[in-house]
Amino acid sequence: MIESVEKVIIDGDENKFCFKMVKDGKKYLVPNAPGNTDYQEIMRQVEAGTLTIADAE
Amino acid sequence: MSFVKTGAFRGLSSDSDDIKIDSSGNVAIVNGNIVNKNLIINGGMNVWQRSTSVSVSTDIYSTVDRWKTRVSGLGAFTISRSTDVPSAQGFGYSLKLDCTTADASPAAGDFLQIQQIIEGQNLQHLLKGTSNAKAITMSFWVKSNKTGTYIASLYDGDNTRRISKSYTIDSASTWEKKTITFPGDTSGTLDNDNGASLWVQWWLGAGSNFTSGTLATSWESNTSANAAVGIVNLADSTSNELYITGCQLEVGENASGFEFEPYETVLRKCQRYYIRYQGDAADDRFIAMALLNDNHTARAGITFPTTMRDIPTVGENHLEILRGNSGLTDVSYEALVDPATNGCFLQVAADSGTPFTTGQVAALRLDNATDSYLEIIAEL
Repeated sequence: MIESVEKVIIDGDENKFCFKMVKDGKKYLVPNAPGNTDYQEIMRQVEAGTLTIADAE
Repeated sequence: MSFVKTGAFRGLSSDSDDIKIDSSGNVAIVNGNIVNKNLIINGGMNVWQRSTSVSVSTDIYSTVDRWKTRVSGLGAFTISRSTDVPSAQGFGYSLKLDCTTADASPAAGDFLQIQQIIEGQNLQHLLKGTSNAKAITMSFWVKSNKTGTYIASLYDGDNTRRISKSYTIDSASTWEKKTITFPGDTSGTLDNDNGASLWVQWWLGAGSNFTSGTLATSWESNTSANAAVGIVNLADSTSNELYITGCQLEVGENASGFEFEPYETVLRKCQRYYIRYQGDAADDRFIAMALLNDNHTARAGITFPTTMRDIPTVGENHLEILRGNSGLTDVSYEALVDPATNGCFLQVAADSGTPFTTGQVAALRLDNATDSYLEIIAEL
């Protein structure tokens, strides 16, 4: 179960980012890649309204 | 010119067919080893990068590579690597499912499966969706104390189509080889890409949402109620267990002998979807060289041992940066920089303080602990 997702901007470039994800208590970095199944699941849950992506701290 | 037309050949001393030819001309060598015929990866249960034993009560890749265990509301199981294998068949391991929490009355939407998903680009030779669509034959060894009717199913996710076939475990706690042939599907072409196209599913239990219809013994537009009609419930007792190995899916109407591959070949195929760097208690483990990016972050260049299916997710636990004589710093994940299918920069940050000197070279390592790991994930 995805517990949290945070968007991480890389090198100050708004077009270059990834996501920090905590899932089942474990830490992951998810790329901005539509073929990645974790990316797909994040987007599916965001669209369903069950997940909100937090901005970078 | 003259021809010999036959459907099978036998050796002089054989009392069964050694070579079979189906109605479409597909040749199956029963007692031989043709390479790359098996559409299933790790069907012999050889590679276990994640773990060799895990308690599962959800839908997850947890133990044996490429195999997803789907425990969706139907009990709980320990999934483990077992050396209980069919006698004198050449297998070293089987996948064991041991029921630890029983559920004798599945809710409508509950189900229990093991499955493997196959990329569409690896299935184009099936000619699915054409008038020349080829049959596929599944074979596997299975053993369970829970006898009765089970279901094997193919699900075409590109076109939401399904076919299911039943088989029976006849004798309790006895290894049995099962062979199931699925006809070719003349509807619905599979996408020629690296995405999920075909779900190969072994159903082990299901609620009424999947059992209340008529079993889809021919390819049809997916109706959930037709997926697993008549199936037993492996989760109905904590005494239940099931072992499976030697899983093969091949083109044609006949099952040939299992395709035994060297371990490194299977590992390389599995690493297209999952790579694990595993720590251990004895010593720290080197992962990659890193450049200290500023006073508290570092970027490690990681080259993957094989090209992955897609740009991967990276997971970690207990990483550290070694800086020559300056000592060790515990670090955690920060960002994935320039990720690609063949490598990435992993940016990590010091867990506390600003210990780094910009521009210095260091090493990214796993801490000397059994729960240290770095995993690269491009599963379907």
